[in-house]
Amino acid sequence: MNAAGIVFAVVFYAAAAVFILGLGYRIRLYAGTPAPLKIPTTPAPTTNSGVALRLVRETVFFESLFKASLWTWLFGWAFHAALFLVVLRHTRYFIEPLPGVLAFIQPFGIYAGFVMALGLAGLWARRFLVDRVRYISTPSDHLMLALLIAIGLSGLGMKYLVATDVVMVKAFFTGLYTFSIQPLPSDPLLFVHLGLVAALMIIFPYSKLLHGPGLYFSPTRNQADDPRERRHIAAWAARMESER
Amino acid sequence: MADVTAPPLREFPIPPKVEPDAMAASKPYVAPEKIQEAIGFPGQLVENWHEKAIGRMGELLRDYRSLRVYLDSCVHCGACSDKCHYYLGTGDPKNMPVARQDLMRGVYRRHFTVAGKLFPKLVGAKELTKEVLDDWYKYYNQCSECRRCSVFCPYGIDTAEVTMAAKEILDSVGYGQKYSNEIIGKVHKIGNNLGLPGPALEDTLLGLEEDTKEETGCDVRFPLDQKGAEVLLVTPSADFFAEPHVESLIGYAKVFHAAGVSWTLSSHASEAGNFGLFIGNYDQMRKIALRIREAALELGVKRIIVGECGHAWRVAYSFWNTLAGIGAGGDDKFSVELQSQLDMRYRQPTHICEYTWDLIEKGALTFDKEKNDHRVVTFHDSCNVARASRMGDTPGGQFEIPRNIIKAVANNYVEMRPGTTREATFCCGGGGGLLTDELLDLRVKGALPRMESLREVADGGGVNFMATICAICKAQFTKILPYYGFNRSMVGGVHQLVSAAIRLGDKH
Ligand code: HEM
Ligand code: SF4
Ligand code: SF4
Repeated sequence: MNAAGIVFAVVFYAAAAVFILGLGYRIRLYAGTPAPLKIPTTPAPTTNSGVALRLVRETVFFESLFKASLWTWLFGWAFHAALFLVVLRHTRYFIEPLPGVLAFIQPFGIYAGFVMALGLAGLWARRFLVDRVRYISTPSDHLMLALLIAIGLSGLGMKYLVATDVVMVKAFFTGLYTFSIQPLPSDPLLFVHLGLVAALMIIFPYSKLLHGPGLYFSPTRNQADDPRERRHIAAWAARMESER
Repeated sequence: MADVTAPPLREFPIPPKVEPDAMAASKPYVAPEKIQEAIGFPGQLVENWHEKAIGRMGELLRDYRSLRVYLDSCVHCGACSDKCHYYLGTGDPKNMPVARQDLMRGVYRRHFTVAGKLFPKLVGAKELTKEVLDDWYKYYNQCSECRRCSVFCPYGIDTAEVTMAAKEILDSVGYGQKYSNEIIGKVHKIGNNLGLPGPALEDTLLGLEEDTKEETGCDVRFPLDQKGAEVLLVTPSADFFAEPHVESLIGYAKVFHAAGVSWTLSSHASEAGNFGLFIGNYDQMRKIALRIREAALELGVKRIIVGECGHAWRVAYSFWNTLAGIGAGGDDKFSVELQSQLDMRYRQPTHICEYTWDLIEKGALTFDKEKNDHRVVTFHDSCNVARASRMGDTPGGQFEIPRNIIKAVANNYVEMRPGTTREATFCCGGGGGLLTDELLDLRVKGALPRMESLREVADGGGVNFMATICAICKAQFTKILPYYGFNRSMVGGVHQLVSAAIRLGDKH
């Protein structure tokens, strides 16, 4: 146990709590809010399996964004796909023994780090270069990109510039499961990386990062186009009928 | 009224430069006290409007998942920023869908989110000041609720949902829009948007019978309030006398005549339009829809068919089952009462185009297509039909069926540029309760993208007729086509083409 280990253990317990509780609260709020009318953007699937497929296409390919803007799609999709690989690569710090698939993608995870940074840079460039996007950008939009880029660069830094003791890092994180606090290597870059990741987890449920869960609760995307075949009515609206 | 100017057609369809406040002067007349109070809203801006507006917003967030999720989810990616015809026509950045949403999102952040309460500047949170409220009034009345933005947003964020919520909040604090709210009052009082009373309607229909007899030699009927008829036709009231709308009404009558089916209009429900949709008020929308239920029960009809009207078809197709139990699947008392009367082998409600196309497919109608040979036809998809409803059994039927009908009754058909039709169609510029004279400048500018693709097929393909199935599109185009150097009679209904070509035979 060292000081860094104690500080970061506290930080990550707190961040995980905020992340899980905050996100859970938000998702319950979405799920509990009625959608009183059928408003899928048509042409829309007429069955629930069709809807599931539509959501998979939106998640995996960013289908609507592809139709909207090739540049945004290119940078955005590259960033998310890379982020996904990077997250998968990070499982090696959390799971022992590592399942085959996760072991297999490890090398791709490294290249993904670069793609992620490039994708983010492209998205950021749009915020300066395209007058429409400049107009709608708030400081938090810039900060969010800065935060993610900083996470990516500090991570790459540990891979290529100042290596850290990954065995210790793994022992630290797996230790957290059993509330046994292990020491962390005293590398400034690691502190930056971990600090920013914790910040991201805390910000997540209170920011536009809610777009992840948001997609699955978006009535224009998650409703089947069957209003003539099935009666769809919210509880608060059905009450009006008994009042008649 | 401000000067009305049409922007030049763009040579390449690139988005215009951002021009802040370009349309800051555009706003519709505020509803006077009498109009507001007639439909249960405060007569004028209430003293505690701020508190009431925030309160109403909280209720809407509780009742509408769309609003809640959409206000949270936008990442400001800008994918929608060049998709709105009003932005393309005006360059005013507040007409970018995302910026339009942000007018409300700022207030949402300020009052309903942790981040907005702690760090308002950082996340763009804004207090609802009188200036912001005025901006709402201006710019939510520059959205035709066409949903084009929702097609392209990666999360399907539908600005129309935000606009409707904003209009509902504005109404609830006594800051309503005259045009829409006056029309809603008329429906309740008289039965239709145009305020055409029963006897006048009867006269009009008799006149149409005479005209059609003269034209065709056949006794084509236009029945009103006929109990026991098979079909109740609910159509926008503009069909009763506005040009070119009435030509389509004659078309529907000829189709029923040729099919030998008894049908009727209703004086109680002489309006398919439902402006309750435009102002985002569930109660109003429901009350207006209930008139159709009442008329159907009263007249004992077996089928309900809806005439050519975009937003009316959205409400009928997507909402009537919810609002008035017109449709299948409901097993509650309210729904079953109507289902037991209607013939549930048919789709309830049916669009007139579905009806006509079914007959054509069965070979029940015959046409002299050459009667339309003086025309080269294109088809303008109306937003609410294209992006908020369906026809037939498969997704996209709303695109195919009207085109199929046109091709069955006319020889010359040309499609407009991809990306401006089907689900990516551009609004006519007059939908969503904006079809009023004081907004003419906005309407002309908003029509720009549609006019560009029409110009292409007019010059390149000889198109001289743009068919459409929406009463608002027809009225809007009739008014604005001349600003772009087109003849106003270029626009008309699909059933206007049907009417010209259909063979009636000698059935009298
Ligand atoms: C199911 C999960 C997710 C889906 C479907 C999704 C989809 C998208 C899409 C379509 C965009 C817009 C295009 C773009 O700007 O890239 C976007 C933006 C963004 N996403 Fe995600 N995302 C998901 C999860 C995440 C997660 C987990 C993070 C970060 C931890 C994230 C961070 C971001 C950021 C920062 C942006 C804004 C980029 C900018 O500022 O331009 N997303 N997302
Ligand atoms: S709904 Fe239509 S009019 Fe409104 S912002 Fe979106 S594209 Fe523009
Ligand atoms: S496309 Fe959707 S997420 Fe992107 S800016 Fe527009 S509304 Fe926001």
